[in-house]
Amino acid sequence: MKGFIIKEFYHIFRDVRTMVILFGMPIVLVLIFGYAISTEIKNTEIAILDYSRDHMSLELSNKIISSEYFLLNENLTDESQIETAFKAGHVKEVIIIGDHFARNLEKEQNASIHIIADASDPNTANLLVNYTSGIIQNYMRDKFGEQGMPITINTEYKMLFNQSLKSVFMFVPGVITILLMLVSAMMTSISIAREKELGTMEVLLVSPLKPIQIVVGKVVPYVLLSFVNAITILLLAFFVFGMPVEGSLVLLLAESLLFIIMALSLGILISTMAKSQQTAVMISMFALMLPTILLSGFIFPIENMPQVLQWLCNIMPTKWFIIIVKDIMLKGVGLAHVWEETLIIIGMTIFFIGVSVRKFKIRLE
Amino acid sequence: MRTILYILQKEFIQVFRDKTMMPIIFIIPIVQLIVLSYTATFEIKNVNLFIVDQDMSSASREVAATFKGSPFFTIVDYSASYDVAEEAVLNNLADQVLQIPNGFEKGITVDRNATMQLTTNAINGSAASLMNAYALNIIKGYNSNIIVKQLGLRYPPDPIKVSAAYWYNPELDYFTFMVPGILVLLVTVISAFLSAMNIVKEKEMGTIEQINVTPIKKYQFILGKLIPFWFIALTELAFGLVLAKLIFDIPMVGSIGLIFFVAGVYLLVALGLGLLISTLTNTQQQSMFLTFFFMIIFILMSGLFTPVQSMPEWAQTMNQANPIAYFIDVMRMILLKGSGFQDITRQFFSLLILAVLLNTLAVWRYRKVV
Repeated sequence: MKGFIIKEFYHIFRDVRTMVILFGMPIVLVLIFGYAISTEIKNTEIAILDYSRDHMSLELSNKIISSEYFLLNENLTDESQIETAFKAGHVKEVIIIGDHFARNLEKEQNASIHIIADASDPNTANLLVNYTSGIIQNYMRDKFGEQGMPITINTEYKMLFNQSLKSVFMFVPGVITILLMLVSAMMTSISIAREKELGTMEVLLVSPLKPIQIVVGKVVPYVLLSFVNAITILLLAFFVFGMPVEGSLVLLLAESLLFIIMALSLGILISTMAKSQQTAVMISMFALMLPTILLSGFIFPIENMPQVLQWLCNIMPTKWFIIIVKDIMLKGVGLAHVWEETLIIIGMTIFFIGVSVRKFKIRLE
Repeated sequence: MRTILYILQKEFIQVFRDKTMMPIIFIIPIVQLIVLSYTATFEIKNVNLFIVDQDMSSASREVAATFKGSPFFTIVDYSASYDVAEEAVLNNLADQVLQIPNGFEKGITVDRNATMQLTTNAINGSAASLMNAYALNIIKGYNSNIIVKQLGLRYPPDPIKVSAAYWYNPELDYFTFMVPGILVLLVTVISAFLSAMNIVKEKEMGTIEQINVTPIKKYQFILGKLIPFWFIALTELAFGLVLAKLIFDIPMVGSIGLIFFVAGVYLLVALGLGLLISTLTNTQQQSMFLTFFFMIIFILMSGLFTPVQSMPEWAQTMNQANPIAYFIDVMRMILLKGSGFQDITRQFFSLLILAVLLNTLAVWRYRKVV
């Protein structure tokens, strides 16, 4: 038994390329999510079509492009150029300032500005229009003074669990989950399918090792690997992005261990179904990875999905694990709050192990 | 030429004979197109609001009713205690808590200045700022409402009237944005993974030795591997476009011919990357991991979910080597805006360079001697 585990360790660690990826992946993912992925608007290129070109319209344009949100791509002179500018792809918004802007504003207090946004990206378009209107509002306030509100309701607001609204807080639990799933479920399923495909499974089956020992021997190294990965991510999140673990670290690690065992049993189940590595990969890819990313609330909130998909999300173990991780890390709650999710994962684990035991054949066809 | 035809024949037979691979190649992407399109949205359609009413006045009930009337907010519960509300947030039952303190109504009628507290679960930062903005907007509406009602005052109109138009997607439909990108994702994942595992499979099985001893040239072998997947992926793209039109009614303003022309070049990049990985690795497990690694980085940075222009400088520089970013851009530009070839020359030639580069590398790296 011990010898067998050592063999598996050699097998995995000898493969330097896979090792580099396995340890590099969490680092790269956390860095990308922390630094590169952002829904904030910054330096968006816009065009301005100013029919007035008087002191006020220029002042306002200057105000808009000197904000950190916008960069001036070009000054248009004619309405027909708008379409061309959008089609070329760089310009995301065009601001049209009407005729006699300064005169209308000063004499009649009635000038108009039209904003056209490239709504092929609806979210960005919405934000751009909001920001532009905001800047124009500020400009008006500077020019004409605050319109005093006879009755004011002040709203004080507080952001719980993530005061500076860092997106990395949202993504770290997801990245941990993906990697645990990847390493545990995918790697085991492929490594068992590989033994089958290459015929070495037969050698193992005729050895004095019991089937259960073979399986345990296969998964022990991956448990360790996954654990190291999870800890790497937690350390990175803490030291690079200042993401705390508010709750109990021991509980978090214990839950991770539970999830790893669940993922491993799922991996074993897949390998009992797949005859070749390619099938194992494709099943893992499409049945595991994409749902893990999409139906777990990792990037996209589950509450916004259609009802049918929300039901589907409920059978995804990853959904429950992400809730657990977020609750423990960010909300700082204890087992009293996450016992239901924990029970669900335990139930799934038992189910997967049960089915695999039934399907595991000690003879090859 | 005849040699390539024979290899093609062999590859096609091999692909179509495998009964488990056919559904993977054709059915799964379709299911995914549908599932993905419905899941991949940042829109906030519903906010679960908990109201802590410590004033119990007609004004506080009015505020609650205003929120109740908004399509965005569902009021999950009322209580007079903030602790009960916070417990609901901890249990994921509520996203937001509106606390109306004692003396709110008196503030409005007597002091003409009242205060409320809004608390938002901000684990998902971008959703939190949206929810916050929605709520503040409703409160602002309520505020101007009571001014009109109580004091009978009219608001002076703003001196600058701002109007907005949303081109290419006037209803701000999220599908219109996502589906073209998801189509790219599907053809990419299929072509890159299939090609990445293909040569390596022959290596693992030992059948590559048999090919190596034949007079087949290196480039012929690579071409023979490339062409079948190229056809499969293009068929899949065609299929996907039809579904996008039928199910999601995605506007197709530009030239479909141009899309396939660019797709032809793009697929050479995706397949070339897969084949290169295939020649670099020894086992399917390795090649799968390497492909997965590149794919996930390319996809996350491609602008599929988040705008590329808001990434930091270094990320945008890195993106110049990201084929998925180019093709998603091109798909959206042609389909939604009707951009022509002159608008996408930069993307097209970048893809062409990547295609030549990757495939040359793949041919060069493929060793006949083991």
